[in-house]
Amino acid sequence: MKLAGQVLAGSWEFVVGDDWVSAAGVLLTVAVTALVAGAGVAAWWIAPPAVLGLLADSVRRAAR
Amino acid sequence: MSSAELGLVISVFLACAVEAVEALTIVLAVGTTRSWSSTLYGTGAAAVALAAIVVAIGPGLTSLPIGALRVVVGSLLLIFGLQWLRKAILRSAGVKAKHDELQIYQRESAAAAGAAEARGGGFDGYSFAISFKGVLLEGLEVAFIVLTFGSGQHRVALAALAAGVAVLLVAAAGVVARAPLARAPENAMKFAVGVMLSTYGMFWSVEGAGAHWPGGDAAILAILAVLLLSSLGLARVLRLSIERAAIPAGGPVATSSTARQAGP
Repeated sequence: MKLAGQVLAGSWEFVVGDDWVSAAGVLLTVAVTALVAGAGVAAWWIAPPAVLGLLADSVRRAAR
Repeated sequence: MSSAELGLVISVFLACAVEAVEALTIVLAVGTTRSWSSTLYGTGAAAVALAAIVVAIGPGLTSLPIGALRVVVGSLLLIFGLQWLRKAILRSAGVKAKHDELQIYQRESAAAAGAAEARGGGFDGYSFAISFKGVLLEGLEVAFIVLTFGSGQHRVALAALAAGVAVLLVAAAGVVARAPLARAPENAMKFAVGVMLSTYGMFWSVEGAGAHWPGGDAAILAILAVLLLSSLGLARVLRLSIERAAIPAGGPVATSSTARQAGP
């Protein structure tokens, strides 16, 4: 159990790092894209502004 | 080779070269200070472990349906790429210290010299452990990129080949220079890798989510351009705001030298 916890914590640190907000934002963006695309509406335009916003916010928080 | 495959090769090559430069510094520091043979055993063992990870996971990933794979792999790449990009922007703006390979080399050399001597002059456990750990940790990021990038296009072997070529070139440069590659433009390379990972991550996650980019694969270039220009812009804005904050409340003294420094 302890080893599994360490592996999970290590994987989290490796992929997400110290910015879980951006990671959650990416997942939310992909989920919204899937929902909109599933409704038969063009959804490609959602990700670019969302990702740029997430990046700018991440940089702003890190620079504070 | 298609443009998507070319992007894969360039991204993996650059990412691997950056990590190899960092691993080389550790290997050189321990090897020159203590024992070359034990250091090279550690390096080789780490390389075998990394190759085993790619061989064990790669075929399983590529057997998954491409849509499901791309949404998972794309999201992971995007999260991972934004991390690289954020750090590169912060380094470029001067908020975060840049990697100084010479300083790291000196620190690792001092630690290696200060560690307990090997018994009997044979196998040196310290050299093996430090080189194994250093190469494995730096290499895990490369393995992750090889697996995600490669599986996203069902070309894990091509991604692994690009990674292998990068390692060989950096190792050859290290043998020739016999010193850490302190002049390698590490942050520029990390900036490029961050942009590439985020570009492909965004492209694949959106495609995997069921949406379609106008222009198909050609949209990759547009995403790349937008991300690159936006990231450079962010770094510049951050640098300017830091410089502005550093100017005293009364403003700079208007001498000819400060006027030159404050120019565009």
